[in-house]
Amino acid sequence: MTTALRFDPLRLPPRCQELRREVREFLAEEIANGVFDPDNPESGSANADAFARRVGERGWIGMTWPKKYGGGERSFLERYVVTEEMCVARAPTRRFFVVDRQSGPTLIRYGSEAIRQSILPRAVRGELCFCIGMSEPGSGSDLFAVQSRATRTEGGWLLNGSKIWTSNAHQADYMIGLFRTAPPTKENRRHGLTSFLIDMKTPGIVCNRIGMMTGHRDFNEVAFTDVFIPDDHVIGEIDGAWKQATSELAYERSGPERFLETYGALAGVTRLAGTEPDVRVAAGLGQLTAQLHALRRMSVSVAGMLEQGREPVVEAAIVKDLGTLWEQALPQRARELSALIPLADDDGWREQFGQRLSYYLKAAPKLTIQGGTTEVLRGIIARGLGLR
Amino acid sequence: MADTDSFIVDMADRMFADLADLQTIILSRSDAWKQRLWAELEQTGLTRAWVPEALGGAGAPLDEAFGVLRAAGRAALAAPLAETMLAGWLLAQADMAAPAGPMTVVPAAPDAAPLRMDAEGRLSGSARTIPFGAQAGHFAVLAHGPDGMAVALVRAADAKVAPGSGLGGDPANTVSFTAVEPVQFAPVDIAIEDLMLMGAVVRAQQIAGALETMLALSVRYAMDRVAFEKPISKFQAVQHNLARLGGEVAAAVAVAASAADTVSETGVRGDAALLEAASARIRASEAAGTGSAIAHQVHGAIGFTDEHVLHRLTLRALGWRDDFGNETWWSVRLGQFVATGGDQRLWPLLASR
Repeated sequence: MTTALRFDPLRLPPRCQELRREVREFLAEEIANGVFDPDNPESGSANADAFARRVGERGWIGMTWPKKYGGGERSFLERYVVTEEMCVARAPTRRFFVVDRQSGPTLIRYGSEAIRQSILPRAVRGELCFCIGMSEPGSGSDLFAVQSRATRTEGGWLLNGSKIWTSNAHQADYMIGLFRTAPPTKENRRHGLTSFLIDMKTPGIVCNRIGMMTGHRDFNEVAFTDVFIPDDHVIGEIDGAWKQATSELAYERSGPERFLETYGALAGVTRLAGTEPDVRVAAGLGQLTAQLHALRRMSVSVAGMLEQGREPVVEAAIVKDLGTLWEQALPQRARELSALIPLADDDGWREQFGQRLSYYLKAAPKLTIQGGTTEVLRGIIARGLGLR
Repeated sequence: MADTDSFIVDMADRMFADLADLQTIILSRSDAWKQRLWAELEQTGLTRAWVPEALGGAGAPLDEAFGVLRAAGRAALAAPLAETMLAGWLLAQADMAAPAGPMTVVPAAPDAAPLRMDAEGRLSGSARTIPFGAQAGHFAVLAHGPDGMAVALVRAADAKVAPGSGLGGDPANTVSFTAVEPVQFAPVDIAIEDLMLMGAVVRAQQIAGALETMLALSVRYAMDRVAFEKPISKFQAVQHNLARLGGEVAAAVAVAASAADTVSETGVRGDAALLEAASARIRASEAAGTGSAIAHQVHGAIGFTDEHVLHRLTLRALGWRDDFGNETWWSVRLGQFVATGGDQRLWPLLASR
């Protein structure tokens, strides 16, 4: 029956919990050295480069990749544990997060051997930052409306057009970008798009940073004017990139970053509540904890399916749909609970907590948009249920 | 029917489809099916699943028996299978064998006034909302004895059982004991909360099962029902409602299965068991509320009739939230536990699973 959803319970193997201890020790040391502050969501960006290299030295970037490219050939569950510990600690992972989760696996699957050899070992060492060029001013959730073009030229392609909302493009070494190489056909409007590996230092690329409502300036508009891309930087099938995109979504959508972005709001209000909270506060903490636990067990279950080589696209969409809505609502719910907690004499934490909460409240609207909106996800789930 | 790896669960699914089909029950307008079903349940040993072989039971692995309870939820089973299994489990904790026939456990609420057992083993006190109290032949009673907790096996005929029923329509009764002599009693190392925790996981499994069937029925109905000249499944608003229902079902299934796995592995004591069981109770109960509402919305008026099967699933799922501590009681319990540990121990607790 198409409606049977399977989320088998997964017990993390002992080696995962050993690895977890190693990651915690490493992060505690980084915090002690002032590299980042887990209580300040905005800290750490200045040290992100050096941090990435140290994470690379530990072998925690490209953990699941083949050894011949510098990877660790470790299990997907081990990667999961490292990711969630970094996420909860709010470690500055921005330099390597995208390549580790998405771009690296894409290159392993669809890149040429020469590309893999030249890029992946450096990515594993934490030396390369990637960004993803999908959205355009006229193409967001509707990916197949992409208009930026790649046209044939001798020995390669010329890119023209612009990408937008590209996180970290201004710091990135490479982009994997989607460009139109042919018009869509009547039968298949997804036809005609091709993925390219783009060296961000290529002449003709201009990054214009865009301020966001959080106060950060990680967004970019990236303009391309006759940017030359050599032939061997085509990733996968010409005109057939849409086939590549869908199978990877399970990896992108089910991870711990899809419900832990605002975890600090829960930890913060727990700290504020003290050891003997009012019954209403206790009920609120218990409910939030239960909801988070349920999300995490779903997410771990999906990680187990990925480890078994399955493609749980619908299950992953469910994790992201529920997870992002939860993490989006969390700051507001923590705010409500905090109003029930009496002021204490020594209440320095309340002020810090308030600042932290402001950040999370500002970041919240983005969570159900990036990486597939709630509306898109529900379409995927509906298709999985056999409705479309 | 779900995709399971268990012979026992598959057998249970088949048995419920044959003997407790919801539409057949509604059309028959009689309770004759209950005797046949119960005879079959006893014969297959499912009612004694949690009684060890040494005590005359089936001694099924704990987790497979939890799987049977999810199957019972899928069938919205209106028979005291879960209660009899739970009673067998409680008796087994005191090395006591289980008699034949339906049983239930007393108490079924965490904050009930304690039932007292005197030095001669005589029981006194009363307990409210005992599920299937009026259909049980025996009660497995967890009581406060002179030297600690004790389990007593009591004939239902020796207690006073008041009429009553719960939200799902199945019996829920106040049961009173006045110096009742049990058939048998023994001391036990089980606290009231341990029994509530086990009961909470049982109910979470049943709710998850009921939600699975609600989803299957709702998807099928949406594809069959034509309105505005097309199947309503083609409307995006309906699709998104069903996707939300799918999410709630998934959450309930995942959290209930995780709790069942934990209790099967490590028992009812410890931090992990508390986190898992409380979370299963809380999240599955939420899913029951949200999921039932969506299932009814998709079905429209037909789903509200007594001739349609939907209410047998939705009302039981909603009713199952209440036994053994409802979601609010467990939220307070879990929240107090989290607060005691403080923010630094919250993540390690979650990550220990």
